[in-house]
Amino acid sequence: MAEITSLRDAVAQLVHDGDTVALEGFTHLIPHAAGQEIIRQRRTDLTLVRMTPDIVYDQLIGAGCAKKLIFSWGGNPGVGSLHRFRDAVQNSWPVPLEIEEHSHAGMANRYVAGASGLPFAVLRGYRGTDLPKHTDTIKTITCPFTGEELAAVPAINPDVSIIHAQRADRAGNVQMWGLVGVQKEAVLAAKRSLVTVEEVVDELTPVPGQVILPTWAVTTVAEVPNGAHPSYAAGYSERDNEYYAYWDSIGRERDSFQQWLEEKVFTTEVAQ
Amino acid sequence: MMSVAAARALSGGQKVFVGIGLPSTAANLARRTHADDLVLIYESGTLGSKPTRLPASIGDGILADTADAVISVPEVFNYWLQPGRIDVGFLGAAQLDKFGNINTTVIGTDYADPKVRLPGAGGAPEIAASCHEVYVVVRQSKRSFVDQVDFITSFGHGRGKGEREKLGLPGAGPTLVITDLGVMRPDPETAELVLTQIHEGVTVEQVREATGWDLKVAPELGTTPAPTEAELAALRALKAAR
Repeated sequence: MAEITSLRDAVAQLVHDGDTVALEGFTHLIPHAAGQEIIRQRRTDLTLVRMTPDIVYDQLIGAGCAKKLIFSWGGNPGVGSLHRFRDAVQNSWPVPLEIEEHSHAGMANRYVAGASGLPFAVLRGYRGTDLPKHTDTIKTITCPFTGEELAAVPAINPDVSIIHAQRADRAGNVQMWGLVGVQKEAVLAAKRSLVTVEEVVDELTPVPGQVILPTWAVTTVAEVPNGAHPSYAAGYSERDNEYYAYWDSIGRERDSFQQWLEEKVFTTEVAQ
Repeated sequence: MMSVAAARALSGGQKVFVGIGLPSTAANLARRTHADDLVLIYESGTLGSKPTRLPASIGDGILADTADAVISVPEVFNYWLQPGRIDVGFLGAAQLDKFGNINTTVIGTDYADPKVRLPGAGGAPEIAASCHEVYVVVRQSKRSFVDQVDFITSFGHGRGKGEREKLGLPGAGPTLVITDLGVMRPDPETAELVLTQIHEGVTVEQVREATGWDLKVAPELGTTPAPTEAELAALRALKAAR
């Protein structure tokens, strides 16, 4: 049964220094508030996993929480680069950042293998690209039936996966709809999980196309209204496109980023 | 001009895997001009999106709200892209070489210590491998159009004709490159990109100036007709819609 608790307590219990942590969300339902709480609690040496590290990973990397990033596309969507990510890769600031780089298809399949309890996944990917030369977690395997050479990628099983969803009931059943990305797979692949939700309700109203994670498949649920901002939660909020552009001006320089951290993260208490 | 030329390359009923930016603008323009039954597929998990405005990102809510089906990301890549169900992959590039190989990973030849770190692969390697054809839409300059890319993120034609077949790649690879200056296609014998068309008002010299290799020009060079009033009106309406 999922425990329902505050965001602060959930992060304190579930996320430890040195953990492998996945905060997933594919444009929609990105768990920004949870990411900022990890920064606030000053976790270090994390291996961060995410298909599309964007602003919240730029923040975690810039704050020095991460030693490694496993990813397939890192950028500020529709705006440009992630400057804190670039600064860490190119200049080791504030700490060196090791990277393990895949394609989306590779990452998606790594989560599927993790959620399926299998050691690896196969795909017809990466052929002819330079990615396997630099990424040890891309190997070749021969199909025992056809002889075709395929790519093999190992399962991802994060210590903790964190996602944001629309609703949960008081028993901790989670309801999510719209673009569901790879979030279900990330939760099922993980040893522990936290789902932040827009609201906790007495009873879940059925919604067409909904995805339910039953309470027994989730470790912890925390109510965090607008916890996906500046991304969005279908049915609750719109994507704040201006914030993505605004982030470029904050993330571009170390000083403006440090000032942002002080004002918006360290001196802002999360709601209990 | 580039958006219009790219839109014209698409025809009705095709299933198109669309990236954000120029490809998305072109695909939506095609839907509103000559190809209203174009099937737009975005990697965020939307099949058959019919947005009423340009989406701000691949995961813009309007793509899900107007789609025939909304699916998970593993499903997009495993069930729809990998088995070859998609006709055209529409890609951008940071660096493109004379055989249509695409780099969106790093500029500089030292991966561990790059001159510029780019966003990375995303869905592109498998789009370039599995779609029946790939159209590349990219602004042209000497810096981005190079003899050989620093890093092959997405395989085009390698170093020449026949390399895709050797690797067992199912799709035909880049068959069309559309820039702000003109259009290139791979030579049927060598797979090297050749200038086959220039946009109205552009000279061959201008295109050569913006290309980092000794660009070959097709014997029968075409000219892209100027955008029609209807195309311009549709493009303006698309950009103005919110």
